Amino acid sequence: MTMLGDRQQLSYIASQAADARLNLELETEGMTLNIGPQHPATHGTLRIIARLDGEQVVWAEPACGYMHRGYEKLTEVRTFPQVTTLVNRIDWLGSFANEVPFILAAEKLMGVEAPTRAQYIRTILFELSRIANVSLFLGDLGVQLGAITPVFLAFRDREYVLNLIESATGGRFHPNFDRIGGLKDDLPAGWIDETRAVMKKLRNFCDQIEDLLFGNEIFQSRTRGIGVIPRDVALQYGLSGANLRASGVDWDLRRDQTLPMMWNKADWKVWTHPDGDSFARCWIRLQETRESTKIVDQLLGSIPSGPVMAKVPKIIKVPEGEAWVSTENPLGEMGYYVVSRGDLGPFRVKIRSASFNNISITPWLLRGVYVPDIVTILASLYFILGDIDR
Amino acid sequence: MIGLLAEVPYWGQSLLRVLGGLVAVLLPAGTIVYIFLFKMMSFMQSRLGPMEAGPYGSMQLFAEVGKWLQKEDIVPDRADARIFKMAPIIVLVSTFLLVVVVPFGPDAFFTNFETGVFYALAVSSVSVLGILIAGWSSANKYSLLGGLRAAGQLIAYELPMVLAVMGVVIQAGTMNLQKIVVAQNSGSMFGIDVVGHPYVVSQFVGFIIFMIAIQAELTQAPFDMPIAESELVSGYMTEYSGFRFLIFFIGEFATAGVFAMIASVLFLGGWGVPFTWFGWTSIDDIANWMNFVGPLIMFTKMMLLVFIIMWIRFSYPRLREDQLQRFAWKGLIPVALANIMVTSILKVVF
Repeated sequence: MTMLGDRQQLSYIASQAADARLNLELETEGMTLNIGPQHPATHGTLRIIARLDGEQVVWAEPACGYMHRGYEKLTEVRTFPQVTTLVNRIDWLGSFANEVPFILAAEKLMGVEAPTRAQYIRTILFELSRIANVSLFLGDLGVQLGAITPVFLAFRDREYVLNLIESATGGRFHPNFDRIGGLKDDLPAGWIDETRAVMKKLRNFCDQIEDLLFGNEIFQSRTRGIGVIPRDVALQYGLSGANLRASGVDWDLRRDQTLPMMWNKADWKVWTHPDGDSFARCWIRLQETRESTKIVDQLLGSIPSGPVMAKVPKIIKVPEGEAWVSTENPLGEMGYYVVSRGDLGPFRVKIRSASFNNISITPWLLRGVYVPDIVTILASLYFILGDIDR
Repeated sequence: MIGLLAEVPYWGQSLLRVLGGLVAVLLPAGTIVYIFLFKMMSFMQSRLGPMEAGPYGSMQLFAEVGKWLQKEDIVPDRADARIFKMAPIIVLVSTFLLVVVVPFGPDAFFTNFETGVFYALAVSSVSVLGILIAGWSSANKYSLLGGLRAAGQLIAYELPMVLAVMGVVIQAGTMNLQKIVVAQNSGSMFGIDVVGHPYVVSQFVGFIIFMIAIQAELTQAPFDMPIAESELVSGYMTEYSGFRFLIFFIGEFATAGVFAMIASVLFLGGWGVPFTWFGWTSIDDIANWMNFVGPLIMFTKMMLLVFIIMWIRFSYPRLREDQLQRFAWKGLIPVALANIMVTSILKVVF
C-alpha cells in the first residue's frame, strides 16, 4: 500500500474515532418501554419489553405467561370426553378446531374411526371456525393500523358464521361438540342451505376487505417490506400456518397429511407468497378465508347420509399407548401428544399450540424496527393469547 | 341593544363577544357536528350509533359530558401537576381564539382584523404548545412519545398550510377574511359576473393542500400517530381523565369544525353562495338578509368539509411517522411553493 493509502486510512480512522467520541458525548440512556400486559395492540395480556433508542427498537422480548391456565396439567385429572371442554379455550376464536386433533389422537389410540358423515361435518365445522377466526383477524388488522371501519364489517359477518356454529352445536364460542367416535348430534334441518348463503356473504366480505385495506396505498406502505422473515429463518423458528406459507414454504397439513378428515374431497389451493413480509402474511390469510369458503361449499354438496356416531362403549377407556396428531388450525400447526395408561383420563398431554412458536420469532424480528412497526408486525404474525399461554 | 353595548367598557364588550362566541357558535356547532359525525360513522360501519340519549340519540353529547364530569380528575403522582392541568385549556383556548375572526355574514362577526389570515394561522399553532405540554408533563412514556410526535407533525404541516393560504391571499390581495369572502362573491368567473368566484376553482391545488394539512393539524387518520390508540394507548391524552379528557375530546371535534369554517371562508366563498351578488352593488345592500342566511350557508359548508375530513378519517389506515414527514417535506411543500409561484405570475399577467 502506498503512503497516500496509509494517510487515507489514518484519516478514516481519525474520523471514525471523532464520530465515536461524539456519539459517546451525546449518548442517551435509551428507554425501556413495556408494551403490555395491558395494551390495546396485544389484544390480551402479552407483555413485550422493548428497549428503545428514540423510536427505534434496540432489543425486544415477549414475556408470556400472564394468562397461563395449566391445561396440560388439568387434562390429567379429567376423563377423555371432558378434555374437549378445556381445549376449547386455547384458541378461543376458532374453538372447534382445537377439539379435533385431540379427539383424533384419542380415536387413533382406541382404533376407532368416525363415520363418513361425521367426518364431513367435522371438516365443515373446522373450516367454519377457521373462517370465524381469520375474518376477525382481517378486521382487527385495520384497527391495529388505524382504520376503524373494517373491524365492524368483520364483526358483522363473523356473526353469521357464529350463528351457524351455534345452530349446529349449541355453543357460539365453545361448541364442545366433538366426541370420540363421531359427533354429539346431526346437523339441524335447513342448515346446509343457510350455510351456502353465508359462504356467499363471507366471499363478499373478503372482496370488501380487499378493496378497503389491501388495495389501500397507506396500508401497503405500512406493511410491505416490514418484518420480513426469510424462508430459512421461518423454518428455524418453527413457524407454521400462514406465517410459514407467507415466507414461501409450501406446507399445509390439511393437504400433506392423511387424517380421517375430508379436505382431500374438495378442490382447493394452498397459497404461498415469496415476500415473507407483513403484507404477505395478511394476504395469505385473506386468500385462505376464500379457500375455506370454497371447501365448505364443496363438502356441503357431497355430504353423505348415515350415522354421526360410531359404536363406542358408554364409559370410554383408552388403551395404553402414545399418539401424536396435529392439524392445520387457523393459527398454524396445532398438535396433541397424548399418553394413555389405559385409564379413564390421559396420563399426560403435551399441547403444541401454533402461537407459542409464532411469537418466539419476535426478538429476532423486532430488532431495529420502529415503534409503529411493532404493531404492524405483531398484528401480521397473528397470535391469540390463549394459544400462547394455554 | 347597540346603545346598551356602547355603555359597556371595551373589556366588557370583548368578554361578551367571546361568551357569545361560545354560546352562540361553538356549543350548537359542537353538538350538531358531534351527533352528525357519530351517526355518519355508524352508518359507514353498518351500525346504528347512539340511540338511547334523546330522540334518535340527539342528546348524546350531553350524556357524555355528564358522564365525564362525574369522573375523578386524576393527576399522576410524578406529573407536573400545574402544567398538567393547564394543557387541555391551552388547546381549547386556541380553538376559541380561532372562531373570533371567522365572518358569518356581512355584519355577523366577532372581530374584523385587517390581518385575519395571519392571526388565524398564528393562533392555530398555539395548540401545539398545549399538546407538547400535555405529553411532557404526564410523566408517561406513551404520552411523551405522543407529544413529541404531535409536535413534529404539527410543525411540519403548519408550513404547507401557510403556503396554501398564501395563494388565496395573493389572489384576493388582502389578509382580511371578510374582504376575502367579498372578493370571492363579487368576483367573476369566465366573464360571468353574478356567479362569483370561489377560490376552490382557481386555487384547487391550494385547497387540496389545505385540506390535507388541516387533516394533519387535527391529528385525524391517516395522520393520527400522536394518538395512535393501537400503538401509544392514547398518546398525549393517556393520563387524562374526567373533564380534562373531555376538553381534549370535545376540542378535537370543535377544532375540526373551526378549521372547516376557515377553509370554507378561504376557498368556498364563506357566507355567500353563487348569485349572492345578483342585482346588488355593495356589501351594505345585501347586509340585511345575508346576516341571517349567511350563518346558515356557512354552517352547511362547514358540515360538508367536516364530512370530508371525517370520511377520510374513518376509512384510511394510519401512516407511519417517517412517511408522514416525508409526505409533508417532499410532497406538499414543493407543490405549495409551485402553486404560489404560478398564482403570483398569473396575478401579474392578468
